[in-house]
Amino acid sequence: MRKHFTLISQYLIGVFFGFGLIISGMTNPQKILNFLDLAGSWDPSLLFVMGGAVLVGLAGFYLLTKRSQAFFGGALHVPTRRDISKPLVIGSIIFGVGWGIAGFCPGPAIVSIGSGQAKAVVFVIAMLAGMWICEHFFSAHKQSA
Amino acid sequence: MQINWLEFTPGPALLGGVILGLAAALYVHLHGRILGISGIISGLFTPKSGDVLWRLSVILGLLSAPLWAAVLFEMHPIQVIDASWAAIVVAGLLIGFGAVYGSGCTSGHGICGLSSLSPRSMVATLSFMLAGFITVFVIRHMIGA
Repeated sequence: MRKHFTLISQYLIGVFFGFGLIISGMTNPQKILNFLDLAGSWDPSLLFVMGGAVLVGLAGFYLLTKRSQAFFGGALHVPTRRDISKPLVIGSIIFGVGWGIAGFCPGPAIVSIGSGQAKAVVFVIAMLAGMWICEHFFSAHKQSA
Repeated sequence: MQINWLEFTPGPALLGGVILGLAAALYVHLHGRILGISGIISGLFTPKSGDVLWRLSVILGLLSAPLWAAVLFEMHPIQVIDASWAAIVVAGLLIGFGAVYGSGCTSGHGICGLSSLSPRSMVATLSFMLAGFITVFVIRHMIGA
């Protein structure tokens, strides 16, 4: 029974996160690109998205220090690595280039499949291929987010 | 730099951001994991028993978010995708590869990582933002696409 509640909760949080992406404008690639376009006519909205998210997140992760296990049971799987590795930086730069080309990142791309965008379908297929390539040929550097 | 006041939407951006932060905080408290979309997806490439359904639940939540938004709030987000099909494929490959190689994406590093004050995520976020700024500058102002 608890297993079902867990899955339903995961689903609902996915929906809720999707609402956040939709309301904030993150699912509109043009808005992302207008934010990344410092030299053009700049749309600073994304700073507010990040600001709002991190402000609430800071409180949430602070409260997490008082918790020893997850509400639905099981250990807390929170990353503990602190080293600044080459793959971290190189991978993030590659990610940023992709972000700047299309204006999609993984979450909004998945949500955009749900809103019927054909280009989001193609983007996600290519993204899965990119992930697969990294998992299979560069797995020595792999660790969870 | 010139601010695009027409496109600037601080209110929805902040509200959406708060929802994203709330979802990420709820998720880590309830399920003990980081709400990093790329990590949740890429974990499906190395499936372990009991490690698949919850990932699919979150993904299904994201996919169905636009439907719920339309049904519950009559919300139909604007989405403008300027990138060509070829650019979409290239961007998808880079995003997928980079997110796995760099251990996270805009949600894992940009929201959860910054909220937990992870030095790795700060470096990752700065790296992909900087790469995004440069990429858009090159595409819009040097190549002129």
